[in-house]
Amino acid sequence: MRARLAEAQSQLLVLAAMAAILATVPLWLHGSGRTVAIRVLISAGVGVGWNVMGGFAGQFSFGHAAYFGIGAYTGAYLLVSHGISPWIGMVVGAVLAAGFGALTGWLSFRYRLRGAYFALATFAFAEMLRLVVQAQGWLNATQGLQVPVRPESSWWMMQFSTTSPNYYFIGLALVVVLVAITILLVTSRRGMFIVAVREDEEGAAAAGVDGTANKVAAVALSGAMTAVMGTFFVQVFFFIDPELAFGPAESVAILLPAVIGGTGTIWGPVVGALILIPLGEWTAGIVRDPPAFLDAVAGRSGLDLVLFAILLILILLFLPKGVYGSLAHRWRR
Amino acid sequence: MSRTEATQTLRTRLDIPRWSWGVVVAVLVVVWRWAEVSELAASGPGRTIALQALLTGLLIGGVYGLVAMGLSLIFGVLEIINFAHGAFLTLAMYVTWLIATTTGIDPYLTLLITPVIMFVVGAAVQRVVISPAMGQPLENQLLLTFALAILIENALLLVFAANPRSVRIPWASAAIGPLDFPLRLGGAIIELPRILAFLGGLVIAGGLFAFLNRTRTGTAIRAVGLNPTGAALVGVPVGRIQVMTFGIGTAVAAAAGVLVLPFLTLEPTTGAQFNILSFVIVVLGGLGNVGGALVGGLLIGLTQELGGLLFPGQSKLLPVFIIFIATLFLKPEGLFGGGAE
Repeated sequence: MRARLAEAQSQLLVLAAMAAILATVPLWLHGSGRTVAIRVLISAGVGVGWNVMGGFAGQFSFGHAAYFGIGAYTGAYLLVSHGISPWIGMVVGAVLAAGFGALTGWLSFRYRLRGAYFALATFAFAEMLRLVVQAQGWLNATQGLQVPVRPESSWWMMQFSTTSPNYYFIGLALVVVLVAITILLVTSRRGMFIVAVREDEEGAAAAGVDGTANKVAAVALSGAMTAVMGTFFVQVFFFIDPELAFGPAESVAILLPAVIGGTGTIWGPVVGALILIPLGEWTAGIVRDPPAFLDAVAGRSGLDLVLFAILLILILLFLPKGVYGSLAHRWRR
Repeated sequence: MSRTEATQTLRTRLDIPRWSWGVVVAVLVVVWRWAEVSELAASGPGRTIALQALLTGLLIGGVYGLVAMGLSLIFGVLEIINFAHGAFLTLAMYVTWLIATTTGIDPYLTLLITPVIMFVVGAAVQRVVISPAMGQPLENQLLLTFALAILIENALLLVFAANPRSVRIPWASAAIGPLDFPLRLGGAIIELPRILAFLGGLVIAGGLFAFLNRTRTGTAIRAVGLNPTGAALVGVPVGRIQVMTFGIGTAVAAAAGVLVLPFLTLEPTTGAQFNILSFVIVVLGGLGNVGGALVGGLLIGLTQELGGLLFPGQSKLLPVFIIFIATLFLKPEGLFGGGAE
C-alpha cells in the first residue's frame, strides 16, 4: 500500500514537472508550430484515454472514434443549437460516452467476445454511430456542424483569437488531468483489479475479483476520457463531421499514439503522440518542399502517407512494445 | 458449457431449426417496414425496382463471397485481421488495368496473369512483414496490415493519381446465342459483366474449396489452421504453408478484382468497400469456413440492396452492421460453425 502511494507520488511529481516545462511552450513557439503542439496534446489525450481500455484493461478497441465522436458531437450540438458552453458539453459528452461504453462493453463481455472478435465489434459500433449520425438532419447530416465564431474571446465559451495561447493551455491542462487520472487509477485498488483481470481472468475471479465489472468500468472511464478530447477538438478546429468524428481513420489515430509509445504504460501514449504528430508534419513537409531526388513526384498527393506508412511498419516491426515500452523494458533489465 | 448443452437439449425437444430465427427476423422487418414493402409490391415500377435490387444484390454477393473466402482463409489459418485485403484487391485491379490497356488483351484473360502476380506479392508480404509479427499482440498485427493498406492505397495515388479509370468490355452488349445482353428480366436490367463476375466467383470458389479439401497442400493448410504446433510435429512446414496461405488469399482477392473491374470505377480506394464487408461475411460464415463465406457473401449482398430499399435515406451499410453485431453476439461461431476452428 505504502509502496503504491510512493509510486503514485513520484509519478505525479514527474507529471507536475513536465507540465511546468510544457507550459512555457507558447513563449517560444508561435504560428503553425503551436498548432502542431495542440495536435500533439489532442493525440496524447485520446491515446491516454484509449490506453486505459486497450492497455491496462487489455481490451483492444478498434472503435474509439465512437467515444471521440460522442464527445465532439455532444459539445458541438449543445453549443450550435442551444448556445450551451462547451465546458458543460464536455461533461455531458463524457457521461454519454461512459454510458455508451458501459452498455456496449457489457454486451460484448456478456457474450464473451475476445481478441479479434471484440476488436471487430468495437469497430462495428463506431461505424454504426457514423452511419446513424450521417442520416440525422438535426445534426446537419453529412455536412457536419460548424462552431459559430464569436466577436469576443470567452473562457466560458472556450473561444479565443487564433493567436491566443489559451487553446494550448486548455489542451495541456486536459492532458495533465487525464494522465493524473491514469496514475491514480493504476496505483489504486481498482487499477490493480483491472490489470489482474487482464493478466488472468479466471485467477482473478477465483480471488473474488469480478472480471466483467472491472472491464466495464475500464471501458466507461476510457470512453469518458476520450470524449473530453473530442469536445476540445471541435473547439480548436471549429468544425466536425461524421467522418472526422466517427470514421475508422479516427479510431486508428486514437490507438496509434498508445501503440507506438507503448500500451499499458503511463507515459507511452504521450511519448507516442510526441513522435507521431511531428513525424506526420515532417513527411507532409517533404511533400510541400521536396528534395531534388524526389522532384519527379513533387506536387503529387500520397507521398507523405507512403512515407508515414513505411515508418509505421518499421516501428511496429523493430519496436513491438512501442518506443517508450521498449526503452523502459531495456532500462529495467 | 452447460448453457450450450442446455440449448442443445432444448433444441432437440422443440426441434426448431436454426434458420427459422432468420425467417422470424425477416418477417418482423417486413411488418415493421410495411409502408415501404407495400409501396414496392403495389406498383409495376416498384416491383421492377425490387427485382433489380434482388438481382443486383445476389450477383454482387457472389463476388463478396469470393473476396471474403480469401480473407477467411487468412483469418482462419494465420489468425490475422488483414486490413490490407481490400487494398490488395485494388492493386490487382490496377495491375489488370495496366495489362489490358498496354497490351490490348481482353481483361478477362488477365485472370490467368493477375492472380499469379498477386500470389507472389502476397507471399512476399507475409514473408517480410507479417511473419516477424506472428507472435505479437493483436494490435501490432492489425496495425501492420492497416499500415500496408495505407501504403498500397497511397502508392497507387502517387503513381496513378486520383483520376477515376474504367475498363469496359466491348462485347458486353451483344446478342450471344438466344440471349440479348444486357439481359432484360421483368423490367430489370442485368449487365453481362455482373453475371460473369457472379459465375466466375462461384467457379473460383468451388476450385478453392476442392483445393483445400482434396489436395495434400490443402490438407496441410487446414492442419496449420487447426493446430500449428500439431502440424509442425507431423512434419508440415508451417512457415512455408503460412506464406502460401497469405499468397492464395491475396490471389483470390485479385481474381475478384479482375472480375469486378469491368463494372466498377477504378480509384485507389475502390477496394476499401470490400474490406469491411468481407469481415462481416467472414464472421457470418464462420471463422475459416470457406464455404460459409460464399453463402455469407450472398446474404450480405442481398441485405445491402434490399436494406437500401426498406430503409430509404439510411446508408446501405447500416443493416449490414446490425446483422454483424447480432451474429457476433448470438452466433459468434458463424451461421454454419467454424471450418478451421
